[in-house]
Amino acid sequence: MDRAEVDSRIRSQVAPFNTKGIAIAEDTSFQNDLEFDSLTVMDFVAAIEDDFDIIISMNQQAEIERWSQLIDAVHKLEAARAAGKGTGE
Amino acid sequence: MEADRPQSLTGDSPDLLSKFDELIAMRQGLLDTGIEDPYNLVMEQVLSPTRAICNGRETILLGTYNYMGMTFDPDVIAAGKQALADFGTGTTGSRVLNGTYQGHRECEEALREFYAMDHAMVFSTGYQANLGIISTLAGKGDYIVLDLDSHASIWDGCALGNAEVVPFKHNDVEALEKRLKRIPAGAGKLVILEGVYSMLGDVAPLKEMVRVAKENGAMVLVDEAHSMGFIGEHGRGVSEDQGVIDDVDFIVGTFSKSVGTVGGFCVSNHPKFEIMRLVCRPYVFTASLPPSVVATAATSIRKLMHGSNKRAHLWENSRTLHAGLRGLGFELGTPEAQSAIIAVIMPDLQQGAMMWEALLKEGLYVNLARPPATPANMTLLRCSLCAEHSAEEVATILQIFERAGKAVGIIPA
Repeated sequence: MDRAEVDSRIRSQVAPFNTKGIAIAEDTSFQNDLEFDSLTVMDFVAAIEDDFDIIISMNQQAEIERWSQLIDAVHKLEAARAAGKGTGE
Repeated sequence: MEADRPQSLTGDSPDLLSKFDELIAMRQGLLDTGIEDPYNLVMEQVLSPTRAICNGRETILLGTYNYMGMTFDPDVIAAGKQALADFGTGTTGSRVLNGTYQGHRECEEALREFYAMDHAMVFSTGYQANLGIISTLAGKGDYIVLDLDSHASIWDGCALGNAEVVPFKHNDVEALEKRLKRIPAGAGKLVILEGVYSMLGDVAPLKEMVRVAKENGAMVLVDEAHSMGFIGEHGRGVSEDQGVIDDVDFIVGTFSKSVGTVGGFCVSNHPKFEIMRLVCRPYVFTASLPPSVVATAATSIRKLMHGSNKRAHLWENSRTLHAGLRGLGFELGTPEAQSAIIAVIMPDLQQGAMMWEALLKEGLYVNLARPPATPANMTLLRCSLCAEHSAEEVATILQIFERAGKAVGIIPA
């Protein structure tokens, strides 16, 4: 799966959480721009995990502040899963 | 600037406490309304497990987790006094050096008998028991799968150990299973559950969850802090009640609830468990419990083995309070009484604090729980019942709730 496809799938996942309809760019911050609180983050992450059949551990989440970082991380995790290497580092 | 004198923090250097400005403002805003500070209550005198003088008023205690009312048990007090006289005020040392007295051993023996397990390890607090056991079991590269509503001590144990932390939606068996199946082959797996979740007082579906964990090769730790002494045939907790205690690898608990003092523990049948005493930092690098505390704990635990009458009365109290509050129109955390905690859901923090104060002025103490400690950012009035609450006291409690609820406008007048 290429990065653009990951991006577009996550865009459809974020819609219900992006209640103010903020336009999302590569450097959009989840906390500052989208104003996600910790509970929203949990639900959003769970939706992505189920969609891609991956784990994004809390440790990995801590490194993700912006949209581009999320897409990169999921792109990598999805590739590892597809290659049968599991979801770990 | 002189080399041996640090530069003073006057210029652009940030004040390290400024990260709490929002909380300081929120708290000040609440206190400015003239409300009594819910987090600064003083109990000037404690009259019994269910009564105290709080901020100058005689008060019924309905938020102390003193489930079995052991704090004033005459045998327990006598054991503590004797140990204080015989062994002194404190051990001044670590369990692995000069801090293991006869009483610590006897306390661990009482726990082994209570749970019918091979090993028991006593910590200085329940918080440290979770911190120590979790961080020592699951380290870098291991996976911890835990309920999203887990207690702070569990989250902190996860952080201390550096494992990969994977939370799942509260009490959702399918969410747990999906995450377990996604963990890479060969990684160590620890599933952490609680018997009773203390915020809403709801019970976990341990039967299904423990089965799913075992099917996926995970070890299981269950925190039974809020169930010891009155859930399960022998009071061993929800894992006993649901028939899965033999499949649980580690049970963590506390002395600060049903046992009625302070301290924490872990019991296990794992054949290598004893090595934990040497490798668990929150066990090694702190002073052990005072002799009087372990003496009261051991005596209390042994009495809890034979407490079936008290248990029945506690359950009766819990069911009566739940039905009564629901009848009055309060919104509760569970559809029926599942434990000795009844959580009353408040519309928001402001009204929750007003209700808390109205109850206190009427002579009733409950816990005010607010975000971020609560699930879904709820404000809760948490009531915990005691086996020593009389049926009359429970009736009085309901009358107080009715008057306060109508005055504050939580229920229709």
